[in-house]
Amino acid sequence: MSDLLMLAEQQRAGLQRPLRDQVAEAIFGEATTISDRALRNRGRALALTQRLDDIFTSRIWGFPAMALLFAMVFWITIVGSNVPSAMLGELLVGKGHPWLRDLANAAGFPWWLSGLLVDGMYLATAWVISVMLPPMAIFFPLFTLLEDFGYLPRVAFNLDRAFKWSGGHGKQALTMMMGFGCNAAGVTSTRIIDSPRERLIAIITNNFAICNGRWPTLILVSSLFVATMAPTGTQSMVAALTVGGVAVLGIITTILVSKLLSGTLLKGEASSFTLELPPYRPPRILQTLATSMIDRTLKVLWRAIVMAAPAGLVIWTISNVSVGDQTIAAWLVNGLDPVGLFVGLNGVILVAYIVAIPANEIVIPSILMLTLNLAKSGLAQQGVMLELDDQQVRDALVTHGGWTMLTAVNLLLFSLLHNPCSTTIMTIYKETRSVKWTTVATLLPLALAFTVCALVAIIWRMFG
Amino acid sequence: MSDACDSCVVGGKADFQRFGVDVSDADAVVALAGNPNTGKTTLFNALTGLRMHVGNWPGKTVVQAIGGFKIRGRKYRLVDLPGTYSLLSNSPDEEVARDFLLFGEPDTTVVVCDATALERNLALVLQVLEITPRVVVAINLMDEARKRGIELDHRELARDLGVPVVPISARIGLGIPSLLDAVEAVSMGKQGRTTPREMHYGPEIETAIKPIMEQLRREYPSLKNARWVALRLLEGDPSVLNELREGTLGLTTHAVGPEV
Repeated sequence: MSDLLMLAEQQRAGLQRPLRDQVAEAIFGEATTISDRALRNRGRALALTQRLDDIFTSRIWGFPAMALLFAMVFWITIVGSNVPSAMLGELLVGKGHPWLRDLANAAGFPWWLSGLLVDGMYLATAWVISVMLPPMAIFFPLFTLLEDFGYLPRVAFNLDRAFKWSGGHGKQALTMMMGFGCNAAGVTSTRIIDSPRERLIAIITNNFAICNGRWPTLILVSSLFVATMAPTGTQSMVAALTVGGVAVLGIITTILVSKLLSGTLLKGEASSFTLELPPYRPPRILQTLATSMIDRTLKVLWRAIVMAAPAGLVIWTISNVSVGDQTIAAWLVNGLDPVGLFVGLNGVILVAYIVAIPANEIVIPSILMLTLNLAKSGLAQQGVMLELDDQQVRDALVTHGGWTMLTAVNLLLFSLLHNPCSTTIMTIYKETRSVKWTTVATLLPLALAFTVCALVAIIWRMFG
Repeated sequence: MSDACDSCVVGGKADFQRFGVDVSDADAVVALAGNPNTGKTTLFNALTGLRMHVGNWPGKTVVQAIGGFKIRGRKYRLVDLPGTYSLLSNSPDEEVARDFLLFGEPDTTVVVCDATALERNLALVLQVLEITPRVVVAINLMDEARKRGIELDHRELARDLGVPVVPISARIGLGIPSLLDAVEAVSMGKQGRTTPREMHYGPEIETAIKPIMEQLRREYPSLKNARWVALRLLEGDPSVLNELREGTLGLTTHAVGPEV
């Protein structure tokens, strides 16, 4: 055995030029010879692809075109989901919830059982569906169309220079695009990066690509709070620009954190690679709609529902079981309030983020349930149910939750920066097989989220 | 074992299990290899009727997808490998593809090529041919190539490569029946043996690998791709060294390697 290795070593030492170069040369030379013989006509480049690339990958127009495309996608999502969201809210929360409550009463359920099932599990699930389903059903197909069209590699192309500056691998931009769907998938996709150093950077920073679970939170908070500062008529456009702005901030964070990592923990030079720009292909719209409905919308919705029901159970329980003179939820919220308020959020939001570690999808419903339960406004007890129209949600958060514009802005930032969900953390461990790097990938974003939110809060209060 | 069992086309079942591929009810295993973004997943969907999402960008598939299809009653297990430009480097996705071809020993490997970038795609075909002779080359995106005025002679290509070449367009389902015929023929060994083109690397390398190949043949008499292994050893490929050390390379041959 060792003879063989020594022999190989010996023979390698005798080579004039590196073997890899010689092998690659021979293979590509042969490939050229064969393809020359087989090709009768080499054809020409696609005119349309070339013309589109003149814009989409142009130094001047590349970034504005990118911003415009994404803003359009967000705008269509926001405008399109308003009405169905309100309708679903009316149906599931406004009508469905009292109806189920009456049913439980008629069946003679004890108060705690109907509380657990109807006010806990059902309400959380109903909110997830009405808040999440419409934006997802519009956003995912649009994003998938953009992907099938062939636009995503152009984004990677445009960002390549920035990634090179940051010391990350150019393919990191592609894994980031994958992360815009799901960070767990994004982390897995880093397998296309051969250098372990650059792969780790891509894994750790994938969190800053906003995932399926976070888009609805951003869309909702942007429309409910940030957009209200704008004059009527421009509000949905402002909301779209806000969501787009947060996404861009995520890309900037990715690049800055990559730069930081490659200057400290993961030192090294960026390796080069070839990025292939495929021709633009007309997406097959109906098929795309069907696939993205099944693959993404329903899958993500299912995950949200599966996570929301137990979360509803937990929230109802901690809101109704008292220890000493207050409920467990109140203990938690009051305990976290000082930290939460200091960083421009509040205790409810932090508790919601703890409940939502398994899935970001349930952040907003958790915040709503906790806020309303703690407010003791008697809303639920009196049978006055929120139908979840935008105005009511906003009022509830402002009156009962004490939200300000700072809370909304910092929630956007916290949602962008905070730790990855538990599925992603598991995936990171599976891919790195390292407790150390999994911990870094989990805690670095969390620390960053708290730091940025605290800074924003301090500056906001100084000038506000 | 795989040599002894000529009637059962599926080679060592244990080997496939290593890759998480269940072959218990399959008559043959087919692998889909190819450069990124050549439409492997589209072809995978066309063959299996599954609906994996296909993206128009390289690197979409990094985890192998597994499905199945039937030709005239025979069940085929189809494995969609990650798209790679070469089998030379050591990125995790290339390793998955290479190890599957090497240790999984699929009955047929379909290398999907992009008709609009033939030269680059052929480089991968040549590398696959070094590992396995049971190859069918599918020249995909023929519709797009035609639109761009590209004309290619697939018969000439088949003569040069020594394996069947089938022009297809997976998106619109063109050429799939011919592809299935070719897959069936190769996996059943009907066409006699394929006569894959052999790569020659010039006098310097050819001289250097000769003694390594001889030594390999002495130590592993039934090793199938001694030439390929010799090249990797000469290159100092760490993974092949490890596999030789741990004796996992012996799995390819089912020969008992000498004790380390």
